[in-house]
Amino acid sequence: MPTYLLLIPFLPLASFVITLLFGRKMGTRSHWLPIITVLISFICALKAFTEVLAGNIVNQDLYTWISSGNLHVSVGFLVDQLTAVMLIVVTSISSLVHIYSVGYMKGEDGYYRFFSYLSLFTFSMLMLVLGNNFLQLFFGWEAVGLSSYLLIGFYYEKVSAADAGKKAFIVNRIGDFGFILGLFLVFVTFGTLHYEPVFANAEQAVGQTFSIFGMHFDLPTAIALLLMCGALGKSAQIPLHVWLPDAMEGPTPVSALIHAATMVTAGVFLIARCNPLFELSAVAMNTVTIIGAITCLFAATIALVQTDIKRVVAYSTLSQLAYMFVACGVGAYSAGIFHLFTHAFFKALLFLGCGSIILAMHHEQEVGFMGGLKKYMPVTYITFLIATLSISGVPGLAGFYSKDEILAMAFASPVAAGKFAWFIGTLVAFLTAFYSFRLFFLIFHGQFRGTREQKQHLQESPAVVTVPLMLLAVGAVGAGWFGVPEILGGDNHWAHFLAPVLGHPEVHLGYITESLLMSVSVLAGVGGILLAWYMYIDQPALPGELAARFPRAYRILRNKYYVDEFYIRFLVEPGKTFSSRVLDRIVDTNVIELAVNGVPRLIGALAARIRRLQDGQLPHYLTWMGGSALFLFVWMFTR
Amino acid sequence: MSIPILSTLIFFPVAGGLSLLMVDRNKTHLIRMMALIIGLMEMLISLPLFFLFDKTTPRMQFTELTPWIPALNINYSLGIDGISILFILLTGLVTVLSILVSWEAIQDKVKEFFIALLVLEGMIIGVFCALDFFLFYIFWEAMLIPMFLIIGIWGGPKRIYATVKFFLYTLVGSLLMLVGIITLYYHGGQTFDIRELARHTYSPGLQMLLFWAMFAAFAVKVPMWPVHTWLPDAHTEAPAAGSVILAAVLIKMGAYGFLRFSMPILPDATRAMMIPMIVLSLIAIVYGAVICLAQTDLKRLIAYSSVSHMGFITLGLYGLNTQGVEGGILQMINHGIVTGALFLCIGMIYERTHTRVIADYGGLASTMPLFAGFFMLFTMAAVGLPATNGFIGEFLILLGSFINRPWAAFFAATGLVLGAWYMLWLFQRIFFNPVNSKVVGLAELNLREIVILLPMVALVFWIGLYPDSLLSFMHVSVAHLLDQVHGGADAVSRVAVVLP
Repeated sequence: MPTYLLLIPFLPLASFVITLLFGRKMGTRSHWLPIITVLISFICALKAFTEVLAGNIVNQDLYTWISSGNLHVSVGFLVDQLTAVMLIVVTSISSLVHIYSVGYMKGEDGYYRFFSYLSLFTFSMLMLVLGNNFLQLFFGWEAVGLSSYLLIGFYYEKVSAADAGKKAFIVNRIGDFGFILGLFLVFVTFGTLHYEPVFANAEQAVGQTFSIFGMHFDLPTAIALLLMCGALGKSAQIPLHVWLPDAMEGPTPVSALIHAATMVTAGVFLIARCNPLFELSAVAMNTVTIIGAITCLFAATIALVQTDIKRVVAYSTLSQLAYMFVACGVGAYSAGIFHLFTHAFFKALLFLGCGSIILAMHHEQEVGFMGGLKKYMPVTYITFLIATLSISGVPGLAGFYSKDEILAMAFASPVAAGKFAWFIGTLVAFLTAFYSFRLFFLIFHGQFRGTREQKQHLQESPAVVTVPLMLLAVGAVGAGWFGVPEILGGDNHWAHFLAPVLGHPEVHLGYITESLLMSVSVLAGVGGILLAWYMYIDQPALPGELAARFPRAYRILRNKYYVDEFYIRFLVEPGKTFSSRVLDRIVDTNVIELAVNGVPRLIGALAARIRRLQDGQLPHYLTWMGGSALFLFVWMFTR
Repeated sequence: MSIPILSTLIFFPVAGGLSLLMVDRNKTHLIRMMALIIGLMEMLISLPLFFLFDKTTPRMQFTELTPWIPALNINYSLGIDGISILFILLTGLVTVLSILVSWEAIQDKVKEFFIALLVLEGMIIGVFCALDFFLFYIFWEAMLIPMFLIIGIWGGPKRIYATVKFFLYTLVGSLLMLVGIITLYYHGGQTFDIRELARHTYSPGLQMLLFWAMFAAFAVKVPMWPVHTWLPDAHTEAPAAGSVILAAVLIKMGAYGFLRFSMPILPDATRAMMIPMIVLSLIAIVYGAVICLAQTDLKRLIAYSSVSHMGFITLGLYGLNTQGVEGGILQMINHGIVTGALFLCIGMIYERTHTRVIADYGGLASTMPLFAGFFMLFTMAAVGLPATNGFIGEFLILLGSFINRPWAAFFAATGLVLGAWYMLWLFQRIFFNPVNSKVVGLAELNLREIVILLPMVALVFWIGLYPDSLLSFMHVSVAHLLDQVHGGADAVSRVAVVLP
């Protein structure tokens, strides 16, 4: 195993352990080790990338992790095109977020703890993408969940933060419930958990059935759908999306790194990695497409009316992840990974921009108190604008290329679900541009609506914050240039590079169709921007009037379609009630304990009765003796 | 004649404990030191087992045989195989940690406490070494007495109720087993040697009767649902050391009993009763986990979580395939380490606050960050996070049960979600949320306490990252056991592999 590969995950691990143990003593210098290690990881990741470019794929085991019966699982690395891309995304964004956090977390309690958790996360995420088998993937999967739990609950004395961390972990576990059953099914089917033999023999699962509870399922469909459960949890898709908005309780750099750029894309990575399995089941593919399309629209509509700036961006993340799901669902995995790549930059930039604003606003996150920040925070303003243009799909910026690729692929898909997803996706492109610019205008334009005191403290963030913003802005513009489609004079390097792992769907749209589609999506984006301008700059009273005119619709969107309330009412509360009222109070204390305590009590009661025979009264004894003797006589003679 | 290492392991702590009788009862420090040294020496004596053990044979090793009551063919017969060896090592470690955690917690009748603890250790090791069913029964019952005293004398306010309940519950079960043992003696060629008993065949009807007789003893000890209700009471009232030993090794004896006696001696009944056992295990997993959500008492919650975890273990054992049984045995060790460590932690915090009510805590991560770190780690091991030992065991158990019965794995896997729910909820209420006024100013862990927890941390990761170091002890013995249960040919786990 080449050393540089080992360094990629294990340097952050070492940094986690050292910073956690000794960070308290290092105090305000505890960020150095994590930053240096993640930067070295980044350099090693670049090295890995160039190796892959040169055609050197690594697939090597480190040691045997578990062996029992016919199960043998190793810890090992697979570095192919897909992994190489993920390594770049994870280490680059992580490096920038590390540096940014020096400014953002300055003076916070638990400064060292924050950085050690960041290192833990980086390690876990790298193990997730580097693994050459399902179990190591699962290790990384759960370990990023742990880091996410720790970081969401970083301000643990706040009940809402502690609640949010716990919720994230448990909701993810629900997804993992399906995921681990999927792993078992893979093992039972193929006799191994390593990618290479599983994918090489995937075809052999076709036509087989999997039976449970007397029902019979198509084996490939069952495998793919179970694995998809895990992806739904991690990538926060309906119905397991509820944890991600709450995860915004975590410090903003965490939202950027974990809950936008990297961890939440693990579900997309999983589906892309397992594409040979998903390809075998049209049902599973369509399910992925439809869940993606629904989540896409669902999240975008919620984002329209949210007023907490981080929540708007969080719902936008849900919606963008859903685009990636749509891409995977229609078989355009490389387009999905392309969007994952560009999204990592512009979404991290949006979040870190929010962080910069939150710093300036002294931890105020309500957009109602902002406005007119343009002149106070020029760098944040410009970079935020770039990210907003990118997510809105303005031609030339990263988001345009990847989103357009997905929409074209969805349209080209032969199945109805693909066309449906294209329609929803185009509609959401309009909504995305609208809510993104709504947020942008509300923050940076118009009059400042905060307190006078807040206004006095408004200032641009320090360089340690703004330089990462500028670097990310470069990505938010240029990340898309790797995949310029043929129609725009490019030759789509991206798809060709990933083709060995992800395949290349046969698409023949024709010049005219493709340019029409592109125009439609550009128009949708521009239309959204214009509408936002009209409603929030030109006619700022209009949004309020609309909300007043459609109170019910507004309330439903404000309350996120009441999904949380539904889960609490019908799952959480009944569970707790059942636990305390039925199991604890009735079954355990009354039924079982009554039986257990009842036996000695019965014996005791019996003894108390029988004891009365022996009461020391001579006449009683004589009566008993006489009576018994009489009884015996009668019995003997009548027999 | 080689050194009788197993006898030494059994009787050294007993003799050591009795030697404490000679020490002046007021010299408590000397007593504690002596107890600690005896415990450490015991660990040292057990180490050669680990290194000299031959992993390639299913035969009993380090065997000792001395006729005891020749008229009844009762022998003092000891020996260990890949199934029992790990429990002996674990017992040695857990006893040392229990001695350390009682260092300051036990102030009353110190001498008697450590005597009871050391005698208990000897008896537990006896249980795991005995190859003669009669001898096993002696150790099995003898072990009850020191445990009875530990809970009954040094326990909490409701200790008498708890200890009588514990005693009666287990005694009733054990007596039924005694009847079973005697029946076996007459039908199995007038011997108590479990290897010979296993070679005999018994009619299915008899096997079924014997199965339930043994079930009575072992299921109570595990404890399986619905005979688990002694455990929460015993745990809540027991002193920290008592809880640790109870959770770490004592309840493992029930599962061990199934492995050592029920399965090889009664293979037909074992196979016939597989589904009922699995169903009981599944009920225990879900029931134990859900009922945790209603608990307000720290120790009670962990006790119920033990019911759930032991459900996983019996599920694995009665999967009757390689992954299930190996996972089950490994999980017995893991549960000993993790739940043992959680009870150690609870003991430490109880010493500071003298309350077990969860609502009395909150924000402890601010006052005791180091302690919070340890507790977090054990919590993660308890919820089966990969890279901790808990994951390996649960994974193998679930996989084993999925291979033959996917529906069982389906229900059992809900334990993963529920486990995360109750453990994280517990963690939040103790360590997160605003700081409760009752925990302000608590002292951070001292050196002794850190030293207690470190070996547990090391084991959590050692087994989590390199489980083969322990699994390799079991492979041959488990294969042999499965041979016995399945009668040879189809003992290999029947995996529905599509590929050649």
